Formats: sequence, structure tokens, C-alpha cells
Amino acid sequence: MDLMTLLQILDSTVRLGTPLLLMCLAGLFSERAGVVDIGLEGKALAAAFFSAAFAYYSGSVWVGLLAGVLAAIAFSMIHGLASITFRGNQLISGVALNFLASGVTVLIAQTWFAQGGRTPTLEEGRYSNITLPFAESLQDVPIIGPIYYELISGHSILVYVAFLLVPLSWWVLFRTRFGLRLRAVGENPAAVDTAGISVQRLRFAAIIIAGVLCGLAGSYLATALQAGFVREMTAGRGYIALAALIFAKWRPWYCLSATMLFGLLQAIALRYQNIDLGAFVIPVQFMNALPYILTIVILAGFVGAAIPPRASGEPYVKER
Amino acid sequence: MTLMTKILGAAATGLALTATASFADPALIYDLGGKFDKSFNEAAFNGATRWAAETGGEFKDIELTSEAQREQALRRFAEQGFSPVITTGFSFSTPIANVAGDYPDTKFVTIDGWVDPDANPNVLSIGFSEHEGSYLVGMIAGEASESGTVSFVGGMDIPLIRKFACGFAQGAKAVNPDAKIIANMIGTDPTAWNDPVKASELTKAQMSQGSDVIFAAAGASGLGVLQTAADEGAYGIGVDSNQNYLYPGSVLTSMLKRVDNAVYDAMSAGADLETGVQVKDLSNRGVGFALDGYNETMIDFDTLSAVYAAAGDIVSGEIEVHDYTVDNTCPAVEF
Repeated sequence: MDLMTLLQILDSTVRLGTPLLLMCLAGLFSERAGVVDIGLEGKALAAAFFSAAFAYYSGSVWVGLLAGVLAAIAFSMIHGLASITFRGNQLISGVALNFLASGVTVLIAQTWFAQGGRTPTLEEGRYSNITLPFAESLQDVPIIGPIYYELISGHSILVYVAFLLVPLSWWVLFRTRFGLRLRAVGENPAAVDTAGISVQRLRFAAIIIAGVLCGLAGSYLATALQAGFVREMTAGRGYIALAALIFAKWRPWYCLSATMLFGLLQAIALRYQNIDLGAFVIPVQFMNALPYILTIVILAGFVGAAIPPRASGEPYVKER
Repeated sequence: MTLMTKILGAAATGLALTATASFADPALIYDLGGKFDKSFNEAAFNGATRWAAETGGEFKDIELTSEAQREQALRRFAEQGFSPVITTGFSFSTPIANVAGDYPDTKFVTIDGWVDPDANPNVLSIGFSEHEGSYLVGMIAGEASESGTVSFVGGMDIPLIRKFACGFAQGAKAVNPDAKIIANMIGTDPTAWNDPVKASELTKAQMSQGSDVIFAAAGASGLGVLQTAADEGAYGIGVDSNQNYLYPGSVLTSMLKRVDNAVYDAMSAGADLETGVQVKDLSNRGVGFALDGYNETMIDFDTLSAVYAAAGDIVSGEIEVHDYTVDNTCPAVEF
């Protein structure tokens, strides 16, 4: 394998890993605050549709992004209303949101565009790829040049945003008062409540952040990687992001490595399909299943324990 | 109450019978992809509209929103006296087999599906020789490729899709015996039909291995293939309907499956429709490739004459295109 092939695979890894990373961080904020969010998939799907639809109407990708983020936040609020305010089961609420998104996007798309549940192909209103400074001129420098030009430069802005969000998430969660309280709400909401801080408000703040991040992910899928929305276009990425979150043991930097590892596995699977190792052949299905297998291995405690936030999944009931 | 039901039932049957006797309009049921899918189902709609415009006849159609409605829609149309009741998509095989026996006077048509003609004599199953059409676009791809590498992106890994890939590979090999053919599938579950993101990455991976003409047979995911080919300056080849107009200058041609003709023919035959099994192939123009204002300058005359000659040879039996579904092997490409 030469350098060029390697770079192409890594380039593909970044493209495939970015939506996972954004959704994984969304799940991180939500679950750290004690709200299990299985609805990442649905939120990203809704965001993908609305960002494509509004980018089509306005011709501007930013209007699309805003619409996508708002749609994802709206879904977050439904989740919050059901599972925080009314203390319903978080898993059921999340699953319901996934079904709602799957149906409602196609329904609205069919009503607005009558093209079989998808948006028209976007001519404008897509993200353009950013060429970083000096990328062209450094291109011929051995090794560093191609790495900079092929791998680091030439992605859409959301990729750079996603990577910057990793240290930012770490800083917010572990170095700010808000982050401390947010994590405390996920571990021991009663203690936070005793200190006179509203558990509900903190949890709502967390799921709104999750909504924004899912909005970015959906917008990236529909208007950066693709030029429009097709039904079910998230294709299970929300669930892989959840697996990555467990794999990352609910830590921001591990989120980055987990999602990029999963992206790499997909990129290798797409590039080589069946991998012939001489003695035996690894079928492509195995590569596709590997993220889930790895997650189970982690959950089984082979590589250190994966301990979720203690109050995760439990609605908080104030003592009277 | 029982008496009432009986009377009402009798009245309803009477109405249904009068309806059958006085007029027998055809009906059309689309698969879940929806009427305006720019591809398979839209072709059926176009065929029906053409029939209506030419004959002044009328037809009823319905779009399904869920799996459970298939049988319901079939029964409703049959009870209202429509005949033939035409359906698109292989998923109608079982519902029709369940329903057809209850309405022996109604004729049912399944396009892409297969219903046992002995058990259900009032059903017509229409299949297509996709491998023959794919062979022709494979030839065009082989001639258009400058790198000598062409590739195929399939949706879900099922025998029908491998049939497309196998025909395509044989065509490319026919014009360039040294051609390298890459054939990949997006996935093994139904999400593969709706994952343009993965389709795009697959296309990019194939292009980095040298491919410069990419044939997509992947439902809605195929749009990701054509999009990427257009973005990156390669040729894409569409499928089922004429998709040449989607990315002018980049879509080299489209492999056509004339679902519109199948619907048109069935509606024209009306009550006299011959049931059984029908295969639409090159000889009856059931499959082919698209040549129109968008791509006529992209394919040169030498290629066209070679392709037409091959089409003639396939019809006369001089060239035999191997059908993957016959023995689940393909001589021209490895999966």
C-alpha cells in the first residue's frame, strides 16, 4: 500500500467519521446529564431533511443549516418534554422520535416536492470544500505536502468545526462550572437539587446542545456529503454513534478516537470489500459488523470497565 | 342485524358485478418508492398516462404508505371491478398469490414479481432481462473509459443486482478484453437502497482505483453515485428510467427497463390480457439504453454502431449474455 492509497483511505475516514463524531458528542452531552438519547438518528435525519429543503428554497447553505439545527432542537424539546418534564421512559421516547422522524421527513418532502419523499438535487446551497492556506504550494513537498493537501485540507467547514468541538466539549464539561453541574446531574441529581440548582433546567440545556450537534451532523450529511435529502439517509449512523459513545466511555477525546476508528473500519470495508489475507478471506460483512462487535467487547469489560453516568436513564423525581 | 348485513352484502356484490359488466378500467398500484421516484414507479405512471392519452381511457392508481396496505389495495381494486390490476415491484409476489384466487374474474399483473402461473391462472408475471440491457451500457462504458477500468455500484447484495453487474461486466469485456472491472455492493440490508453517503464513498474508492465510468444500480443510493461522478469529473450511468438529465454532461447513458411499455401493453390488452409469464428483453424492447439530447454527443458513432450490432446479435442469439440468476456465477467479474 503506497502513501497515496493510505491518504485516500484516511480522507474517506474523516468524511465518514465526522457525522459520527458530531452525533457522538451530542450523545455525550445528553447522557452526561443523565438523559439517554437513542433518538440521535431521528434528530439527525430531521435535520438532514430540513437543511436540504431550506437550502433548496433559499439557495443558501447557512439558512439550511439554521433550519436543520432548529428542527433537531425541536425534536430534542419533544424528547425533553416527554422524558424530563413528564418523566417518561427515555428509551421509549427516543425510539418514538426515530420513527416520527423517519415518517415525517418523507411525508413533508412528498407534500413539498412530490419527488417520492426526497428533496430536489441542490445546485447551490451546498458547502464548498475549503482549501487551507499554502495547500496548493506545499503539495509537492515530499510526505508532508500530500498529507496536508489530501488529508487535512479540502474538507467542508463542518469537518473542522467538528474537530474543534472535541477540545471545546472537553473544556466545557471538565473545566467550567456549567460542565461540573451538568456531570453532577448525570451522577447524582439529588445532590445538585439540594444545592439549589434546577435539575430540569440543566438537563434541558444538555439536550438542546445535543440538538445543535445533531443538527450539524444532519446538515453535513445532506448538504456537504450529498446534494439533497433522500429518505432514511442517516442509515443507522445514529446507532453507530451511540456504540462509539460507549466505546469512548463517555469521554470527549475518546469520542474522537472511537468515531474515527469506526470511520476507518467503514473506509477500509468500502475500499477493499473482501480482504484477502492469503490464508483466509475477511468478508466485508465482518468489517461492517466490527463496530458493534468492538462495542460488545468493551461492554463485556475486556478493556477496562465502561461505566455510564450513574443517573443515566432515570428521570429525576424531586423528594417531597 | 344479520339480515341487514346480508342485504347490504348482496347489494354490494350486485354493484360490484354491474361495475365489472359495464366497465373494466385498469388500476395501478405503486411500490413503496412512490409514484414520483424518478425511476421505476414513475416509469409505470408514464406508461399509464400514455395509454390514457392515446385511448381516452381512464385508470385508477394508488400509492402505498406501508407494507400492510398491499393486500388491502389489491382487494379493494378487485372488488370495485377493476381489471387488470397492475402492480410494480417484486414485493407484490406474495400478496397477489394470496389474493388472486379470491377474484378469478380479475386479472392481476406483477412487474418484477413472480407468481406461480399454475396455481393462479389469472396472474401475469412480467420479468425483465436486465443482463442484456446492462451488457449494452457495459459496452458503452468500456469504449468511453480512458483508464481501462470501469466499475459497478450495486445497492443491496441480492441476485437481481448481481445480474445487472454481471451483464455490465460482460459488455465491458466484449469491447476491451483487458478491461478491469470493479463491482461493489453498498450493503446487505435494505438501508443500502437509501445510503447515498456510503454510495459516494464507494464511488470515490473505485475512482481512486482507476475507474472512470461508474454504473449505479442502487435505487436512491444511485443518486449519490451519479452526484459524485459529476463532482469528480467521471462518467456515471443511470438505471431503470432515463436519468441522463440529472447531471448533463456527466451521465453517459442510462440502462433502461421499459416498465412504461409493460404497463402500456397490459392496459391496452385490457380484459383480453394473456396471463402467465412474460419476459421483456431486447427483442421486444423491454430493456435498452437511453440516447437523447443530453448524451448524444458523448457517445461516438463507432461505439453506437457496435452497440446496435451487438443488440442485434443478442436478439438473434449469436451473442449469449450470461444471466447471473440462472446458476449464481458470473464469468466476467468476481464479487
